[in-house]
Amino acid sequence: MIMLRSWKVRIGLSILGFFILLAVLGPLIGGDPRANDISSISQPPSAHHLFGTTQFGQDVLAQTIAGARGSMLVGILAAAIGTLIAILVGVPAGYFGGAVDNGLNFLTNLFLVMPVLPLILIVAGYVQGTGPFVIALIIGLFGWSGGARTLRAQSLSLSSRDFVLAMRMVGEPHRRLIFFEILPHLTGWISAMFLHGMIGGVMAEAGLAFLGITDSGSISWGTMIQAAQQQSAVLRGLWWWFVPPGLCIALIGTAATLVNFGVDEVSNPKLRQARRSVIVRTRKVVSA
Amino acid sequence: MSQPVLEARGVSKLFPAGRSTVRAVEDATLALQPGRIVALVGESGSGKTTLARLLARFYPPTSGEIRLHGEVVKGKPRAYYSDVQLIFQDPFGSLNPLHRVRYNLERAVKLHHPKADVDQRVAELLERVSLTPVEQFIDKFPHELSGGQRQRVVIARALAVEPKVLLGDEPISMLDVSIRLEMLNLLDRLRTEDGLALLYITHDIASARYLCDDIVVMYAGRMIEGGPKEDVIADPLHPYTQLLIDSSPDPERSDRPDLFDAEDLGEPPSLIDPPAGCRFHPRCPLAMDVCRTEAPPRTELPGGRWTHCWLQEKR
Repeated sequence: MIMLRSWKVRIGLSILGFFILLAVLGPLIGGDPRANDISSISQPPSAHHLFGTTQFGQDVLAQTIAGARGSMLVGILAAAIGTLIAILVGVPAGYFGGAVDNGLNFLTNLFLVMPVLPLILIVAGYVQGTGPFVIALIIGLFGWSGGARTLRAQSLSLSSRDFVLAMRMVGEPHRRLIFFEILPHLTGWISAMFLHGMIGGVMAEAGLAFLGITDSGSISWGTMIQAAQQQSAVLRGLWWWFVPPGLCIALIGTAATLVNFGVDEVSNPKLRQARRSVIVRTRKVVSA
Repeated sequence: MSQPVLEARGVSKLFPAGRSTVRAVEDATLALQPGRIVALVGESGSGKTTLARLLARFYPPTSGEIRLHGEVVKGKPRAYYSDVQLIFQDPFGSLNPLHRVRYNLERAVKLHHPKADVDQRVAELLERVSLTPVEQFIDKFPHELSGGQRQRVVIARALAVEPKVLLGDEPISMLDVSIRLEMLNLLDRLRTEDGLALLYITHDIASARYLCDDIVVMYAGRMIEGGPKEDVIADPLHPYTQLLIDSSPDPERSDRPDLFDAEDLGEPPSLIDPPAGCRFHPRCPLAMDVCRTEAPPRTELPGGRWTHCWLQEKR
């Protein structure tokens, strides 16, 4: 893989991998996030509770690990749904143009001007039992329009490029022109969109939990921050309660951005850096 | 003369531009014979590329008809493309930068000859366009090839279809001068060996003279003169052809008296609001009254020559 040559991608992928592993294996390694330890309430980090405890005597480390599952699930699922819809709406709109474009573009504009947050509040309030799946579905369904817009503009310009016309002349069907000639040029955009959607999903989930939309029984980084806020953790100086979930969200954002640099290099070979061995060899030749 | 493979009869193309229309090509008539090369010459904006794209069916003509093997073409262009292929001007733009040489050729072979031995056919095609040794080129990305090599790949891809007609839209104008001749020789070889009918679009009279059999001259969207190349170049009938030939460098220039004032050659007209009558009359030193009001009809002359000029009509 060319992508793995870049240190940025390696760091980004390791962080993302770490959190995904945490999400998958969480229940095995973390303790019970709901167990109340009455003997230590609002205690700072110690040997017994590495990340300290909450107002209710719950272990923050166990909660952060358990929260990874909820947050990552929502983030990845919302990004996948949003990106998929954006591709299915945006690329054909740009490629076919005409009536197809008019219809799909109308749909995109409709979703673009919709006030997403109030709508999410209403839908989330209407749907009973807002678990992570429902939240992800809502975020994905209402968050694709910007991406579709971008992809439409890109495929509009790509589909009139000479190489697409040339392959059409050779006799390629539309399906192959879209998926093999045009779509590969959009991988940078799509992966950026996916990663951006993932950060957005994690954040939106945190935001919704913070506003109290999410089912309070589920544990995610958002619900942790919400609980900390409700118990005035900031005023009372209980930093260990809200810093770990906040930091996790920030870390995921950073990791996604780092990976995106690498994807850019794949879709645009000119951005690629030479391998270190090549640079060293070239230097030797030049100095000799 | 044998039956033409591809023919345009009275083809026009008007593009809407806001409230006005651009008359890109008007009343163009052209016939391509197997084994013959027709050069379409004219300056930028004369409608050469539009005509090529009409023949490639990228858009439908506003009026007139295109005939392949004598039959009017209509409907989906799928079958049409098994017989007609276009070579683009820009070899950097007509290959997808993300696909290797092999992919481009394999797709073309698979789409048109599903039963062929793909690997062998691809190797043959690369040999055909002199990209040898084959192994050295087959797995290259376009950005690893030079302009001339890319254009060879583009030609090989077009040949994979085994077309009857090749439309070259200024196929050498973006290549280095040093490799243009090789490219012209390659096109010439394809014509002689495969009996392809070739349309060679250019603004370079010298290369047209080197390669083609017949010349057709376009000016401001209209065809103004055509015929066997030596006759047209040695004795242009239309004043514009004369201007075009005079403005290309030629050490063996005939001592024909200068018709044009080299200081004041004028500009080609706007295609949104072209001049009435003959399109060339505002620049023509020999313009008569009739030129300003009526478009000249086609005048057939001996030796397969024709022109649209009142001077010849009056003769």
